[in-house]
Amino acid sequence: MVVRPGPLTTVQDLGRRGVAHLGVPRAGALDGPALLAANRLVGNEPGAAALETTLGGVALRASAAVLIAVTGAPAPVRVAGRPAAWGAPVAVPAGAVVEVGAATHGVRSYLAVAGGIAVPELFGSRSADLLSGLGPAPLAVGTVLPVGPAHPRPAVELVPLPAPPGELVLRLRPGPRADWFTPEAVAGLPRQRYRVAGASNRIALRTEGPPLPRARTGELPSEGMVLGAVQVPPDGRPVVFLADHPTTGGYPVIGVVPAADLAGAAQARPGVPVRFLLLRE
Amino acid sequence: MRQAAAADGLLLRPVGEDALLVEADSAERVGALYAELLARRAELPEVAEIVPAARTVLLDGIADRAALARVLAGWSVPARPPAVGPLVEVPTVYDGPDLAEVAQLWGVPVAEAVRIHSSAEYRVAFCGFAPGFGYLTGLPARYEVPRRATPRSSVPTGSVALAGPYTGVYPRSSPGGWQLIGRTELPLWEAGREPTALLAPGVRVRFVAVDSGSGPGGSGHTGSGHVDSGHAGSGPGGSGQSGG
Repeated sequence: MVVRPGPLTTVQDLGRRGVAHLGVPRAGALDGPALLAANRLVGNEPGAAALETTLGGVALRASAAVLIAVTGAPAPVRVAGRPAAWGAPVAVPAGAVVEVGAATHGVRSYLAVAGGIAVPELFGSRSADLLSGLGPAPLAVGTVLPVGPAHPRPAVELVPLPAPPGELVLRLRPGPRADWFTPEAVAGLPRQRYRVAGASNRIALRTEGPPLPRARTGELPSEGMVLGAVQVPPDGRPVVFLADHPTTGGYPVIGVVPAADLAGAAQARPGVPVRFLLLRE
Repeated sequence: MRQAAAADGLLLRPVGEDALLVEADSAERVGALYAELLARRAELPEVAEIVPAARTVLLDGIADRAALARVLAGWSVPARPPAVGPLVEVPTVYDGPDLAEVAQLWGVPVAEAVRIHSSAEYRVAFCGFAPGFGYLTGLPARYEVPRRATPRSSVPTGSVALAGPYTGVYPRSSPGGWQLIGRTELPLWEAGREPTALLAPGVRVRFVAVDSGSGPGGSGHTGSGHVDSGHAGSGPGGSGQSGG
C-alpha cells in the first residue's frame, strides 16, 4: 500500500505494441535497462511490471513479506527505517515500510517486487500511459498494489548498473524529414549545444537551445511517429519522443535517436547538456 | 538504406533503425496500401506496428527492413481502398452547436446539411490524437470546413465533428477545435470489448440521423495528459502550443 506516492510514480513494464494504429501510445519504462535489471535482481520475468518514480522516490508498506530491488536513478533505500541496499535484492518483512528517497542523480528509480505488480493488463501491458490516460493511474496515498506470485527462479545478486550521465549524448539517424531543414541545420547539429528543458516528461524530452532553421515552411500532413523521433515544432527546438509519445504527429522529424540511447534521456535532469551525434545511413 | 521509389507512386523513407515510412500520393491510395499490408501481412517480414496516417503508412519494428523494402518495391497498389469491410453505423442526433454555422458555410439549410452528412459513406483513414479517435474521410471536398477560430476547452464525449477533409467522433471528453454538428451515444472506445475501438483504420462508417430524446450523451473518461503533437491544422484538440 502506498504511504507516500512521491511527485510521480507509475506502474511500468515493457509497454504495449501492436496498437499504435488505434492511437494507443506504447508507454512502458523510460529507462528500459533499469527495469530489466530490477526484475533480474528479484527473479522476475523481464517484462514484469514495476514502479517508476520521478526524482522524489516513493514509500510503500508491504502487507506480506516481499523481495524488492531498486535500480535506475540512485537513491537512498530504507526498510523499516534502516538503510538498505540500492541495486541489490532486499528482503522486506510483512508490515515494514519501504522508502525510496529522492534520487541523488538521475530522475527515475525502478522498484521491482518479486512476482511483479499485478494490476490488470490492457493490450498486453500494465503500463500507465500519461498521454492518453490508459492503464493504472499514477500512485496516490492509499493505492493498494497487488503483487503476483513470485517465480521460483533464483534472484541474481548483482547486475551492472550504469551511472546517470552528466552530459546526454544522443546519436541521431537523419530522416525521415531531414529535408524540411536547411542542410546546415542537419550537418551543424552536432556543434549545437542544448540543455534538457524543465517541461520534459514521459511523453518527450524537450530541449532548450538554438532553433533549427527550416528549409520549407507549411504543414506536414500527420504521419506515424516512432520512439526516439526528434520532432521539431515551430519554435525550432528539438523534442525527443519517449515512451508515451503520440502515435501520429504533424511536425517534421529531423532524425531518430536509437532506443539504446533513450535510457540516458530518461535519467537526464533539466539543465543537463545535450549533444547530438549524427549517424550515417 | 536510402529512400527509394516503388511502383505506383510509393516512396519509401527509412526511419531510425527499424522503421520505414511509405508515402503515397493520396489519402485513397494510403487506404489501399494499408488494406494490402493487412491482407498480406503473413507473407511480409515481421512488423510490430502498421500505422496509417494522412499520406503515409508507417511500418515500425521491422525484423528485416531491407527485405521488406525489396518486397514493397515490387508491389502494385490500387488507387482506391476496397469498398468492402466492416461497416459501423453511428446513430447521430444532429443538434451540435456549430451545425447552423456549418450549414451556412455549405450554403444550405440545416436539414439539407444533415442529409448531406448522413448520406455519405465514410472510411476511417487513420487514428490519432486519442485512443479510438478516427479521422474519417468521405465527405466531398466542397464540404471542407475550417476549424473553429477558438477551440473549446471541453468537448463532450460522443460529439460528431468536422474539420478540413475529416469527420471525427470524440471518444471521450477533451479540448477540441473542430465544428460540432451532432452527438452519438455509441461508445466508440470500450476497454474489454472486442473490438475495443470501433473506428479502426479501414472501417467503413455511416452516420444515421436519429431523434433526440434518448437523453444527453454518455459520460466518458478524461485522460490525464494532453500534448501538442503537431497536428497543426488537422488535430481535433485545442490549437497552438500546449506542452504535454
